Amino acid sequence: MTAALAASLSSQGHSFLSPTGVEIVFVLVGLAVLGAAVLTVSTSQLVHAALWLVVALGGLAIEYLLLTAEFIAWVQVLIYLGSVVVLVLFGLMLTRAPIGRSPDADSGNRWVALGLAVVAAGTLVTLVVDAFRCTWMDLPASGSTSVNGSTQANGEVLFRYWVLPFEALSVLLLAALVGAIVLSRRHREEG
Amino acid sequence: MSSPALQLATEDLSVFGVDPWWLVVIKAVFCFAFLVVTVLIAIVWERKVVAWMQLRIGPNRHGPWGMLQSLADGVKLALKEDLVVTASDKVVFILAPVISAIPAFLAVAVIPFGPADHEISIFGTRTTMQLTDLPVALLYILAAASVGIYGIVLAGWASGSTYPLLGGVRSAAQMVSYEIAMGLSFAAVFIYSGSMSTSAIVDAQKHTWFVCLLPVSFVIYVISMVGETNRAPFDLPEAEGELVGGFNTEYSSLKFAMFMLAEYINMVTVSAVASILFLGGWRAPWPISTFWEGANHGWWPLLWMIVKIQLLLFFFIWLRGTLPRLRYDQFMKLGWKVLIPVSLVWLVMVATFRALRNKGYSFGTDVLYVGGAVVVLLLLSIVWDMTRKREEPAAASPSEAFDPMAGGFPVPPLPGQQLPPVPRRRSRTTSQSVAALKGADEDAN
Amino acid sequence: MNPVNYLYLAALLFTIGATGVLVRRNAIVLFMCVELMLNASNLALVTFSRLHGNLDGQIIAFFTMVVAAAEVVVGLAIIVSVFRTRHSASVDDTNLMKL
Repeated sequence: MTAALAASLSSQGHSFLSPTGVEIVFVLVGLAVLGAAVLTVSTSQLVHAALWLVVALGGLAIEYLLLTAEFIAWVQVLIYLGSVVVLVLFGLMLTRAPIGRSPDADSGNRWVALGLAVVAAGTLVTLVVDAFRCTWMDLPASGSTSVNGSTQANGEVLFRYWVLPFEALSVLLLAALVGAIVLSRRHREEG
Repeated sequence: MSSPALQLATEDLSVFGVDPWWLVVIKAVFCFAFLVVTVLIAIVWERKVVAWMQLRIGPNRHGPWGMLQSLADGVKLALKEDLVVTASDKVVFILAPVISAIPAFLAVAVIPFGPADHEISIFGTRTTMQLTDLPVALLYILAAASVGIYGIVLAGWASGSTYPLLGGVRSAAQMVSYEIAMGLSFAAVFIYSGSMSTSAIVDAQKHTWFVCLLPVSFVIYVISMVGETNRAPFDLPEAEGELVGGFNTEYSSLKFAMFMLAEYINMVTVSAVASILFLGGWRAPWPISTFWEGANHGWWPLLWMIVKIQLLLFFFIWLRGTLPRLRYDQFMKLGWKVLIPVSLVWLVMVATFRALRNKGYSFGTDVLYVGGAVVVLLLLSIVWDMTRKREEPAAASPSEAFDPMAGGFPVPPLPGQQLPPVPRRRSRTTSQSVAALKGADEDAN
Repeated sequence: MNPVNYLYLAALLFTIGATGVLVRRNAIVLFMCVELMLNASNLALVTFSRLHGNLDGQIIAFFTMVVAAAEVVVGLAIIVSVFRTRHSASVDDTNLMKL
């Protein structure tokens, strides 16, 4: 498995990371992502939560790069880091997020939620173990470009097989735009 | 002619990523030094040019013609007291200038200063005049620019003060909305070049620069790049007339210097991107390239690139010296109601043009279709304009009384409206003494 | 390395995000937690795309990002308009179906 991944990685121009290099980067970045995610949901300073979210999402972009999904990785940086979290920060400022701790950041059901979380995490991880432990996934032969997530490959698949969902998404975006404008319009007649 | 898109899309990036490590270091240091030196020159240049435009002399104390003014400024800033506001969020307050400066340096890594083959030789190694290139280089540039927003937003928030917060909120809205127009103008270039890598885009402009093929995209890009770098007339996040200093009000010393550095580096970067996308990148301008074969080879491309960047920087300065700052709502209207719709329509036209050409229709047919669409649009706009004009005189009838606080803001009178008479004290000549004046006032009351 | 490790990461990230949705009170922070969950599913999708050797997973991840952007826009508009009338962004205070 390792050799196959390394071979396919090196065949796609990522030869500067040896297999162990990929593993090390994966583990380090994965730990950083998990830590940042935990801080996002646990810190009581609202803007800091957004900043930790930036760290987590940026780490995920690196994971995408490790998975050779180059286009998705940069789109992740562009959409999530560049727009979504900036909008979230914008919302935090509009709703007057204070500097320092917000005492009522967490609701009262913290312990129930933690118990549920442990159960859910256990279920999901067991599920993954159960589903994929014995399944030997075939990585594509080295040199095949079918999983190379370059812009060209993505574009070909997107506009050859996924055109209809793509068009539907454009309608969705338009609806969201109109919806946001209608929602945020000030009703003058009501004062 | 049947499949130009496919021909263009074959980008060859194999020449990148093969440099030995010391060459990569040299190139990285060159990129860094290029940015910093350009910024140092640009600051003096800006002050001199604005001074000439305003018939002043400008800085002339440090060095010949004041050319060392930036260095003096830098030393002065470094020696100033470094304040950290008590009410601020300390970590974010200190982090914000760093976040704003670092992404500004990133984008230059994919800027080509010369042709994408082994034309120059450094210490005996043939190499390219570009640090590296990616198949998605322009996405990378956009991503780096969008991460730079955080610096300003967080600086505004972490200062714990009203005006910086307003500056931060403004800049968030401004940069997100102008990034859309910028991305749309990029998309037209992608359609013509068939690639997102910077070297392939410059290659695609071998015969015609994209500024001739895509003039509308160029105009939109130029407007949105000024908005994206927070420069006058779009410098609303730091509008000193409204927000004291905007997002950097509470900053001093080196932290403030980092914000200034980031702003100027962003100017250099967007100028470089403009010249790559629309002005032929490192290619020599037209009359030179016709009679001089060697102009596009060897080290000469570096010169053309720098000249183009400097001209665009001069354009920034010219704008600053010429135009007053927009009001915020005018600015947002320009972005959302003019730039984005125009670039969407233009993008559809460009895509139609390309699709027709890929189908094999001749150039004349293209022009006929596109020109026909333009004529129809123009006619529609004329009809709309005529119908609108008929209503206007009724709406702007001067019969209404002047309301100095119409809509909650103090406003000047419209044409035809009269200012109400200002209550004034009568002049001393009519009433000789103060006592008499008092008496007159009491009479009046 | 077994690419299944990416799935573990995705599962844990999803759980953390879900916990955040249960625990946090500020509506905008809830948003961030939902984004974490969406990103976890994106990571799983990209991993599947890598495992199976076709790009469908990446395309769906791309679609998810677009939908997430639309969701944030509408959601923030709702939150800000609720904040205007209630002067609070806490989800516990928003217990009526009208503004």
